[in-house]
Amino acid sequence: MVADFTRSERVTALILLGGLIFIGLAMAIGGRNDLMGVHGWMVAAAGLWGFFAFVRGYDLPEPSAESLAEYYDSPTRVGIILTLIWGIVGMAAGFWVAALLAWPDLTFDVAWLSFGRLRPIHTSGVIFGFGGNALIATSFHVLQRTSRARLPDAISPWFVLLGYNLFCVVAASGYLMGMTQSREYAEPEWYADIWLVVVWVTYFAIYMRTLARRKEPHIYVANWYYMAFILVVAILHIVNNLAVPVSFGAAKSYSLFSGVQDAMTQWWYGHNAVAFFLTAGFLGMMYYYLPKRAGRPIFSYRMSIISFWGITFMYMWAGSHHLHYTALPHWVQTLGMAFSVVLLVPSWASAGNALLTLNGAWHKVRDDAVLRFMALAAIFYGITTFEGSFMAIRAVNSLSHYTDWTIGHVHAGALGWVAMITFGSLYSIVPSLFKRERIYSQKLVELHFWLALAGTVIYVFAMWNSGVIQGLMWRTYDESGTLSYSFLESLEAMHPYYIVRAFGGLLFVLGAVTALYNVIMTIRMPAIDTAPDIHGDLPVRPALQAGE
Amino acid sequence: MFGFHYRLERSAIGLVVFIIFVASIGGLIEIAPLFTIDETVEQVEDMRVYTPLEVAGRNIYIREGCYACHSQMIRTLRDEVDRYGPYSLAVESSYDHPHLWGSKRTGPDLARLGNKYSDDWHTAHLYNPRDLVPQSKMPAYRWLLRDQLRIDDLGDHLKALRAVGVPYSDEQIANATSDAYGQANPDSPQAAGVAERYGEATNIRAFDGRPGPLTDMDALVAYLQVLGTLTDVAHTSLQAEIE
Repeated sequence: MVADFTRSERVTALILLGGLIFIGLAMAIGGRNDLMGVHGWMVAAAGLWGFFAFVRGYDLPEPSAESLAEYYDSPTRVGIILTLIWGIVGMAAGFWVAALLAWPDLTFDVAWLSFGRLRPIHTSGVIFGFGGNALIATSFHVLQRTSRARLPDAISPWFVLLGYNLFCVVAASGYLMGMTQSREYAEPEWYADIWLVVVWVTYFAIYMRTLARRKEPHIYVANWYYMAFILVVAILHIVNNLAVPVSFGAAKSYSLFSGVQDAMTQWWYGHNAVAFFLTAGFLGMMYYYLPKRAGRPIFSYRMSIISFWGITFMYMWAGSHHLHYTALPHWVQTLGMAFSVVLLVPSWASAGNALLTLNGAWHKVRDDAVLRFMALAAIFYGITTFEGSFMAIRAVNSLSHYTDWTIGHVHAGALGWVAMITFGSLYSIVPSLFKRERIYSQKLVELHFWLALAGTVIYVFAMWNSGVIQGLMWRTYDESGTLSYSFLESLEAMHPYYIVRAFGGLLFVLGAVTALYNVIMTIRMPAIDTAPDIHGDLPVRPALQAGE
Repeated sequence: MFGFHYRLERSAIGLVVFIIFVASIGGLIEIAPLFTIDETVEQVEDMRVYTPLEVAGRNIYIREGCYACHSQMIRTLRDEVDRYGPYSLAVESSYDHPHLWGSKRTGPDLARLGNKYSDDWHTAHLYNPRDLVPQSKMPAYRWLLRDQLRIDDLGDHLKALRAVGVPYSDEQIANATSDAYGQANPDSPQAAGVAERYGEATNIRAFDGRPGPLTDMDALVAYLQVLGTLTDVAHTSLQAEIE
């Protein structure tokens, strides 16, 4: 890593890492009477680790002019490994909390092993650890190829990747210690939030600086999606996390908003975290890797345009459908429902665009498990967005909300869409990225595909069943006009489904372990001089200038 | 239209500006009016703030992730009102920073839990849910009885809450620590001040069944016992609807 840096970049990195150590020590001292102090020591340790790495590598030869003329892929390589590791951590935590719901005594009287503290490790682990790393890694890859330009410098991509992972580690360790803002998908406390803003602004700057150096007049579709993802997530993150800390030496903070306004702000964030993190970002991935792998141009450019602006505009209205029949004013609930229903149009424009791109390449889908991952992702994207629009309808929502149906829905999206498109994309770039001839084992990719598909189907059907049963039991009346079932009876009815769900999750995490093994074995294969040009992504040499 | 787009996709700045513009509209129209329209939150006279001990208990509720399985929002649906009580009004969570309406009910709704069960029941239930409810899927929270409650910084908590809009007085902030102690120790000299500052209706008792040093259990039970009782407006407005 240090060898990728020029001498002046190494000096800058040392200064930045010194700053990080200073911040960590300040947090450790300021928060010595609080759990925040633990995070301070962790930050300082991370800074020290980087500082020594640079001191030790300071005298390594500078990168050659030739290597500076190539695309800069080191952060992407590391990002892919981190993606898979976080995926396994997050999915294993998911399996474990699923098991806790069937057998609650697995808590063993240990606070940090209880459901409430492990549950956010699962959600943040898969959304931010797995999903975020996948987005950062692939966006660097796509950005350079579609712009025909190298990333602007060596420091900022590493700062974004490793700074982001520091955020993830602080978040996850905080949950174990009981630090949480209790805002779904936005649980980390105020100082982690501020750190993420710094990382994110740098990420945005990389995008703008690389686009400024691009050799293609048009900005490719995938980059619109990645840019919408970066920009809107920044807006959502900042507004949703506005809070007043108890003191600068304490982790605890109080949200600026309360009650109704706070609920609306949180769901505006929560639903659009799905929209711009888990949809727009991964659509960026899909719009680049799926046509590449299929060897066919995207079916309709105009449909891409309509879909992009439709999603960008309409998703931001849809969050209030999470608050049907609550104390939120009725007009806001209705607006949310209306836009959620219309949202199906741009969503299906993208899902259809992907599937129609495969038209004429179905034999490849049959033979190539990697492309099958992507095709299946597009299908699940279509299913989930239909279900989402359906569930936003008031009458349906009254049944589904607060039940496992919602859990089934988000997992159809997370496992079927987000994870599948990620696995497909990773498998398709790993060989060329590491300059290997091929993936280590095609059979293991095949195995992973079927584990992932079986896991998803088992999981989702279990939750659909339990959710609908639960919702119906809650609202069933007998002839005398009294409720037929106690809450406890509905809870008992869930037990078998919770066991089935845990089994589905186990299959899925086993698939992710297979992926990590396959990628590591691929890296251990002998390197070849140049990657086979199956992706047509070798840089146009004259178009790149050294040290630019 | 596509001609305009042809030019737009050649400009990074243009795309950025347009994305921010298009994405901002929905949020602005739905969220901004919530802060200005009077009807969003009802005005009621009898609404009281959480005591310092209840604030501490609420923070333990958040710390242990209780909101992941329990909602605090009774919807305006017949079965929910029949099962849990009058539906929740906006004003009832107007001092809740953040809100805890939840999104999943693995356990029942807690919006009207206050005064429904005894302190003993809550303490035993949190210590091991299956002692009282054999089918329960809730974890046992035994450490709540073991862990000492931190109360020395509650003044800072109240101050931060005042900064975001909860009307705590200077006196309440200054006495936060002693009020927290007093609320769980009815025989202590600090107890009198609690009723004086937070009203006669405030629960003052040893919530975990043991007077003396405070535990996390004291705070959490104190919080659970006040859910849905900060104001009576939900009961009275439902009564008015029936009549």
